[in-house]
Amino acid sequence: MPVNVYIPRSFLPPDRPSVVQVEAGDLAQLLGHLGRRFPPFGAVLRKPNALPAGLVRVWVNAHPIDGAAIATTTLRSGDEVSILPSVAGGAGFDEEQIRRYSRHIILPEVGGKGQQRLLASRVLVLGAGGLGSPVALYLAAAGVGTLGIVDFDSVEVSNLQRQIIHRTSGIGQPKPLSAAAAVADLNPDVRVVPYVLRLASDNALDIIRDYDVVVDASDNFPTRYLANDACVLAGKPLIHGSIYRFDGQATVFLPGAGCYRCLFPSPPPPGSVPSCAEAGVLGVLPGIIGTIQAAETIKVLLGIGETLAGRLLVFDALAMEFREVRLRRNPACPVCGDNPTVRELIDYEGFCGLPSLAGDHAHTRGDGR
Amino acid sequence: MSGAAGWDRELDLKGEVCPYTFVKTKLALEEMETGQVLRVILDYPESVESVPRSARGEGHRVLGVIQLNDSDWAVLIRKV
Repeated sequence: MPVNVYIPRSFLPPDRPSVVQVEAGDLAQLLGHLGRRFPPFGAVLRKPNALPAGLVRVWVNAHPIDGAAIATTTLRSGDEVSILPSVAGGAGFDEEQIRRYSRHIILPEVGGKGQQRLLASRVLVLGAGGLGSPVALYLAAAGVGTLGIVDFDSVEVSNLQRQIIHRTSGIGQPKPLSAAAAVADLNPDVRVVPYVLRLASDNALDIIRDYDVVVDASDNFPTRYLANDACVLAGKPLIHGSIYRFDGQATVFLPGAGCYRCLFPSPPPPGSVPSCAEAGVLGVLPGIIGTIQAAETIKVLLGIGETLAGRLLVFDALAMEFREVRLRRNPACPVCGDNPTVRELIDYEGFCGLPSLAGDHAHTRGDGR
Repeated sequence: MSGAAGWDRELDLKGEVCPYTFVKTKLALEEMETGQVLRVILDYPESVESVPRSARGEGHRVLGVIQLNDSDWAVLIRKV
């Protein structure tokens, strides 16, 4: 029997209407179904004594149903059920959150306020591959409340050597969905917004607009330049990471303080850059660089410490050596310079090819995954 | 400082252990105003040492650590 259920929007994916139609014969069945369908809501229901203690209040056709009656209340087709958890909009932590985030709360630089800030933060991760895996896992573990995950690919067995958010059982699944399942299992406080699509000039700004910080965990130049330009145009911090064989790079681009095009004004010509499918990549390398990106993301969200803004961190896994070089905004930069020539997003053609012998693109990175 | 008066908020953490005794103390202090005094009741021996130490580490003033009975202690902390 279909009943109409009203639950707070904060427990639902963003594209859902706040009225949900559910088939259920009684209230207990309905709550179980909603908990499974909407993990953040399930987390509220699983709190100790959520129903008997009145942490979750239920109304059927505007009549309040108290804790004990929930198990015995039957539903009829067309009934209207309203559910209101007491935590909606509340600023405090529940017992489980106090324990889950205790090692953050103890830190003077984070504290309860910083942790609440993380829970209210929205981060967009471009790519659920080698870099995106540790980024998404650590941000989820840290309790970043909303994670957008963009990826067009599905999980393949060759990914599993480095893409630690995915599992053998997830082969064939779209990566954002495989990642969302891992995050749901790790931390029910985190809502994942999966985008199974390729970032393009006609969707990038719309997607990025909803987020506080963007993490470039991509593996290709079209996405990298699109992400950069969109972040400049939208004024969003961009946490950059890239990997190639045994080499990695990471930096932070803050609005107004330079961008990827200040460093490399335009993509290298097609055919000049190998992808990691051809060149290979040490599986641990994206773990190191992605973890640095996750740390920088949290610092930017909390406004603590010295970020990599203005510095490019360069890592060599074979020598196990970190170096850094200075970055500065280029007044002649085509997108963030004084007289920008790039005023709208560009779809560069995807390409992949073998390294040229000219060696003039020693700086380029191919595959981030 | 001792006695029953002289605090703005009391937190009963009997039954709670490290590090959550301090985590909860810290969360309570964050919600209070500068200059206010928090009285924390503890029965976990290690916490009687660690809560005052951590509170000082965050810059607060520990006004006193008082044994209430065989098992319970009170820690008075002024938020700085």
